[in-house]
Amino acid sequence: MTLAVFLALAFVSVLFALLMVFTKNPVHSVIYLILTFFAIAGQYVLLNAQFLAVVHIIVYAGAIMVLFLFVLMLLNLNSDTEPVQSTKWKLGAAIAGGSLLVTLVGALKGGIQLSMPEVSNSQVGLVQNLGRVLFTDFVVPFEIAGILFLAAMVGAVLVGKRDLNV
Amino acid sequence: MLEVVRTIPIDYYVYLSTLLFCIGVFGVLIRRNAMVVLMCVELMLNAVNLLLAAFSTYLSDAQGQIMVFFIMVVAAAEAAVGLGILVMIYRNTKSTDIYLLDNLRN
Repeated sequence: MTLAVFLALAFVSVLFALLMVFTKNPVHSVIYLILTFFAIAGQYVLLNAQFLAVVHIIVYAGAIMVLFLFVLMLLNLNSDTEPVQSTKWKLGAAIAGGSLLVTLVGALKGGIQLSMPEVSNSQVGLVQNLGRVLFTDFVVPFEIAGILFLAAMVGAVLVGKRDLNV
Repeated sequence: MLEVVRTIPIDYYVYLSTLLFCIGVFGVLIRRNAMVVLMCVELMLNAVNLLLAAFSTYLSDAQGQIMVFFIMVVAAAEAAVGLGILVMIYRNTKSTDIYLLDNLRN
């Protein structure tokens, strides 16, 4: 049963990822990527990382992809304005991507030896446990992430401004 | 022990993440629209996130999932700044074709 759910989610995520790459219209690309993200969120639920799944949906599907969609509509991009790569380059890209896939799978095949803990804690992905770890062991990176966000916000506003002299 | 840890080998997650990552790389190479290239980068980040979460659950160690949060933070910042730059480029060139961005050539 779990394996069937995993395989279904994996199939859906790979299918929509491929559709995202191959569809002409950028708006459709965004929609397919959101569906891929939902499939990945399903994988997180399967892994008992519920908090991660919810944050993933809120941040990616809710914030980042809506930002992409807004910018797409602002710029009025559609399949008519879509630049098309030359066939030679497409072939090269296919060969390069395929080689990377073959290399990675070949390198990782059968080489994973996990020393799993004797008593495994299935509650590791719940918000209580994650919050404790985040605010004890990772409190300095957490604050640095806040500074990074501030810098990104200032940078985005500065870059997006029409006239810098105001 | 979780049902998923017992029934699904970790290799499956490794292969799925590798496949998604390679689709992202392929998309970056094949598309000329800067917007779609950014989206493919997001897909690659997500493949890594999935792998981190899977190993975190299999080893019942919370640190992997904390790392996923920080990757999400960086991805969100990257998307905001990247889209800002993209809007600026569009304002100057009236296009998001990455082939027009060869000002530094010669």
